[in-house]
Amino acid sequence: MAPRLLSYSNIDSPVHRLSGVTKLLAFLLFSIAGMISYDTRCLLAMLILSLVVFYVSKVPFKQYSFVLYLILIFAAINQLAIFLFAPEQGVQIYGTRHELLHVFGRYSITSEQLFYQFNILLKFAVIVPPALLFLLATEPSEFASSLNRIGVSYKIAYAISITMRYIPDVQQEYVNISIAAQARGLDMSRKEKLGRRLKNMAGILLPLVLATLERIEKVSAALELRGFGRKRKRTWYKSRPLTKTDGFVIAGAVLIAVAVLVITFWDGARFYNPFV
Amino acid sequence: MQSKSFSVKTVVAIGIGAALFVVLARFGSIPSPIPNTNIQTNYAILALFAVLYGPLAGLLIGLIGHTVTDLISYGNPWFSWIIASGVFGLIVGLLARKLRIQKGQYSLIRIQDGEFGLKGIVLFNIIQIIANVLSWLVVAPVLDILIYAEPANKVFTQGVLATGANIATVAVLGTLIAIAYSKTRTKQGSLTREE
Repeated sequence: MAPRLLSYSNIDSPVHRLSGVTKLLAFLLFSIAGMISYDTRCLLAMLILSLVVFYVSKVPFKQYSFVLYLILIFAAINQLAIFLFAPEQGVQIYGTRHELLHVFGRYSITSEQLFYQFNILLKFAVIVPPALLFLLATEPSEFASSLNRIGVSYKIAYAISITMRYIPDVQQEYVNISIAAQARGLDMSRKEKLGRRLKNMAGILLPLVLATLERIEKVSAALELRGFGRKRKRTWYKSRPLTKTDGFVIAGAVLIAVAVLVITFWDGARFYNPFV
Repeated sequence: MQSKSFSVKTVVAIGIGAALFVVLARFGSIPSPIPNTNIQTNYAILALFAVLYGPLAGLLIGLIGHTVTDLISYGNPWFSWIIASGVFGLIVGLLARKLRIQKGQYSLIRIQDGEFGLKGIVLFNIIQIIANVLSWLVVAPVLDILIYAEPANKVFTQGVLATGANIATVAVLGTLIAIAYSKTRTKQGSLTREE
């Protein structure tokens, strides 16, 4: 019954050998550049580059295939919604109007709208490979030390590693409570009416919340006993020194991000306009 | 450099709270009669944790929880809504704390001291409504427009749906759980001396 989740697997590839810091920085830089830029050429170049890196990483397709379907469905719904709500958004942005086909009423397909929606799709797609790669190719225990290395307070970094550590535990607890409740006749399926279902949900949430609060007490007592938070710095179970390759990759990612921003804003506008 | 608001317990509450947020986001959402809008139980929990552990915990549980959820289930973080989740936790935490200070020590929302009467329930819900409106009707759509240049009428329609669904969820589930939790706590000064 558990939905499949993405997780790390140990493969030997150039990407896996990079330090966690490098992957985190590259992922963040790509995401930021991809969010800001609306320049089709830059977005395309970034997408191709990240797909190449993805290929190099040798992550098997079946490890993330189920996610791709979700992403595709989400993107399709989003595209449709944009067209339904604002069929003339592209015309507004690019300032010209080339009508291709009149559908009905205020809906007609213009090349500006197609181009605008293609750009949104591209922006959406650019973030996927680096995010997947960061998740699939970084060892979870390296997450925290990488975050700390780029300047995030170690307490916050540690909180994130607690999150990754406790997701399976809390999930197991949820499943146990939910099965126990169902055994006593609380119906959680869609056969039940909405109000009743909400009430049954509260019956599962309450023990789960109480158990979680108790767990927080226990874990924080254990950490306190070990002197967590006393010093300004701490060491990590897993952290690798940066190699020459790491240096190259980081420098490359910074260069690409800067280049993308420069090219995007070169002509003073955020949108690349092929229509004028 | 040891500030009281960032104690060991806050760190752990952020970590485990975010884990709970992720699990509930994956399992605990019930489809509502309105298409494409789910009743997301994780926001009821986020509101409760923000009241119990403060604004910083609320902010970080929202940010970390939503980012991790997006990453492990779609591999695609949608940053505008992630930030909105963080803002929701932050505002609930800030307002709940402010009320406490204004009315003297822990006098209005005292879930953890076993007192969560009608007054507390009303205040809790006013706070969550303000926070929901600000994050889903203001922050999320505005960031959608700024970051993704999405059409305004689309993102505001989504915002209205999300605001409504989340207000209802927190009002029903959040309140129920807060009442039940406060009943498990011992009231302050509940012991009387035997003559």
